[in-house]
Amino acid sequence: MAALKIKKGSTKHSAYNLRPNFSDVQETHTLAVTVDNEPGVLARVIGLFSGRGYNIESLTVAEVDHLGHQSRITIVTKGTPQVIEQIKAQLGRIVPVHEVHDLTVEGPAVERELGLFKVFGEGDKRIEALRLAEIFRANVVDSTLESFVFEITGAPEKIDAFADLMRPLGLVEVARTGVAALSRGAA
Amino acid sequence: MTRQMTGARMVVQALKDQGVDTVFGYPGGAVLPIYDEIFQQNDIRHILVRHEQGAVHAAEGYARATGKVGVALVTSGPGATNAVTGLTDALLDSIPIVVLSGQVPTFMIGSDAFQEADTVGITRPCTKHNWLAKETESLADTIHQAFHVARSGRPGPVLVDIPKDVQFASAEYTPPQAINTSRYQPQLKGDIEAITELVEALEKAERPVFYTGGGVINSGPGASQLLRELVDATGIPITSTLMGLGAYPASGKNWLGMLGMHGLYEANMAMHDCDLMINIGARFDDRITGLVSAFSPGSIKAHVDIDPSSIHKNIRVDIPIVGDVGHVLEDILKIWKARGRKTNKAAIAKWQEQVSEWRAVDCLSFKQEGKTIKPQYALHRLEALTKDMDRYITTEVGQHQMWAAQYLRFEDPNRWMTSGGLGTMGYGVPASIGVQMAHRDSLVINVAGEASWLMNMQEMGTAVQFRLPVKQFILNNERLGMVRQWQELLHGERYSHSWSEALPDFVKLAEAFGCKGIRCDDPDDLDEAIKEMLAYDGPVIFDCLVEKHENCFPMIPSGKPHNEMLLGEASTDGAIEAGGAVLV
Repeated sequence: MAALKIKKGSTKHSAYNLRPNFSDVQETHTLAVTVDNEPGVLARVIGLFSGRGYNIESLTVAEVDHLGHQSRITIVTKGTPQVIEQIKAQLGRIVPVHEVHDLTVEGPAVERELGLFKVFGEGDKRIEALRLAEIFRANVVDSTLESFVFEITGAPEKIDAFADLMRPLGLVEVARTGVAALSRGAA
Repeated sequence: MTRQMTGARMVVQALKDQGVDTVFGYPGGAVLPIYDEIFQQNDIRHILVRHEQGAVHAAEGYARATGKVGVALVTSGPGATNAVTGLTDALLDSIPIVVLSGQVPTFMIGSDAFQEADTVGITRPCTKHNWLAKETESLADTIHQAFHVARSGRPGPVLVDIPKDVQFASAEYTPPQAINTSRYQPQLKGDIEAITELVEALEKAERPVFYTGGGVINSGPGASQLLRELVDATGIPITSTLMGLGAYPASGKNWLGMLGMHGLYEANMAMHDCDLMINIGARFDDRITGLVSAFSPGSIKAHVDIDPSSIHKNIRVDIPIVGDVGHVLEDILKIWKARGRKTNKAAIAKWQEQVSEWRAVDCLSFKQEGKTIKPQYALHRLEALTKDMDRYITTEVGQHQMWAAQYLRFEDPNRWMTSGGLGTMGYGVPASIGVQMAHRDSLVINVAGEASWLMNMQEMGTAVQFRLPVKQFILNNERLGMVRQWQELLHGERYSHSWSEALPDFVKLAEAFGCKGIRCDDPDDLDEAIKEMLAYDGPVIFDCLVEKHENCFPMIPSGKPHNEMLLGEASTDGAIEAGGAVLV
């Protein structure tokens, strides 16, 4: 079979978003899904993932257009290219879903996550935690004589790294928002 | 003109405005206001079923036989949960139905009220979309949207859950013309570049085959006409899935018969050996592909489907075309004609010769010997005696269903109603009632097995009440035949719970329901008995006692490719390996 003449991405549907061969390699993709903010819409999206056995690594959702009642769901998922294509096509056919964007293949994107870290400690450990927080540009949002709560924003990898450093310094509790992402540039 | 009305009246008005003439339903506390409105009008006929599952299957039968949207009305709680099987059935077979369910009043939702269930939660994964109508103001709009979603794109079931206080409250009615143009507008036209690519492949192909499915039927009678034109003009052999039977006539010269697990030898061999496979409105279901890694290894595959998620789901294809079958077929024909109607005639003639050789195997041949009726013979005679009639066939699920697909021949779309994707035993009786409601003067036969038939036999009461002359043609082998067949082939002939013990006397049962019962156990009497069934003006339960241990062949064993079919008993030894046994 000769190479296809169909233009890559000639429609917004995944069917034409052809790549040479589907491999078995697991890829991590960040999907941005615009939905009508109506009751049950998040359940539809989550139900799709659990019902069809797809992975959710991270999920964030909030209304981003109050007048148009539209929410943006950002999902980080993992799967073979074929599974990723299926996920996008399956998301696309949910009735209240407007658009599905695969930020991982559509060009460079910024990904940010917010984390809150509670660290217990005294003496040197406490000072070290504060010093590292400064390097990571984490803010202290709560403080007692034996604890801090740090607020940190960044790519998920940065937050992972911060967590790794805080663990030996008395990390007791973590809360993370999950990833929010936008494509870079004017498009 | 503003029209104030109650939510209950709105429901009835919206149904009328959507062109609904028949509703299948069952009343209960949470839908009483709607039933009160139904009582006070004559435009919509309500068919009282005996179980809500029956209402949904009847609506499916009605939809499949007419191409219109079927409607069912059920109460809250158990009424809605009983509708789940029918909704799932319609989802897997892409049948447009609207189910309206009652719900406890909005102020009681979440209080574990009497007959409360989280209906939208329960039905979310088994509907195309569903709504909880919380306000009377938007109720009519929601019902109109529901019809739009059910029938647009890849059709499917939808559900509108209507709390009782919303039914009682009044608001202004929104007619269908005034609704917000729904944002849900699936793509109908296929990509012209991809279609051209397909036409180029078609012009060059040496061993092409059309593989068609329920999408052709769903696209409407025009799509079947275009398919016939294309197939006959190109001379390319055509096979179809269980769901697509009738789109191309069984009498057509290019017809290969059904393909798949119990498909015809020539159809499966053509699929395996082709060099161009043109899938039109089918979805590479596992009953079709067999062993995926060995599925049609040498072919270029084109796939026309209105649902982008069907493409590359099970089988990676080379030419994907997202669009409505009718629109795409029209463009294929247009482009193919404009390019000079070319095909590789010499090669296709040779290919047709090969197909004829496969046909000569005569994989459906059987011998009717002795005094026991073979199920194949029963269907062979049913076909012979009814083929020229205005006939609709429904089935249950199992061996009889496969034999019906093999031995009955369909000349037109919308004449064959069967549960394909979900494989719902108990589908046929209510479906036959739905079909008969749509076509009051036509012959409607439900080909059944005795075990499936018993699952929804209560609907015979519906048939009798509404004078629906459905013919229940039961191939009674006193076994769960398909289960028994698998146990024979896969589980060392240990027939665990696969026989029908304590069966009712079907003739007496017919009398108890107030319809006609016929029993036949002698091949010599069969024709007369079938004629008696056909001549009777009313519902008939026909108990056809057949060979108990007949197996359904041909068969692609689980985990095997198309070219390793079993053609008969002699070929079954060790046919299915351990790896195949885990597959269903």
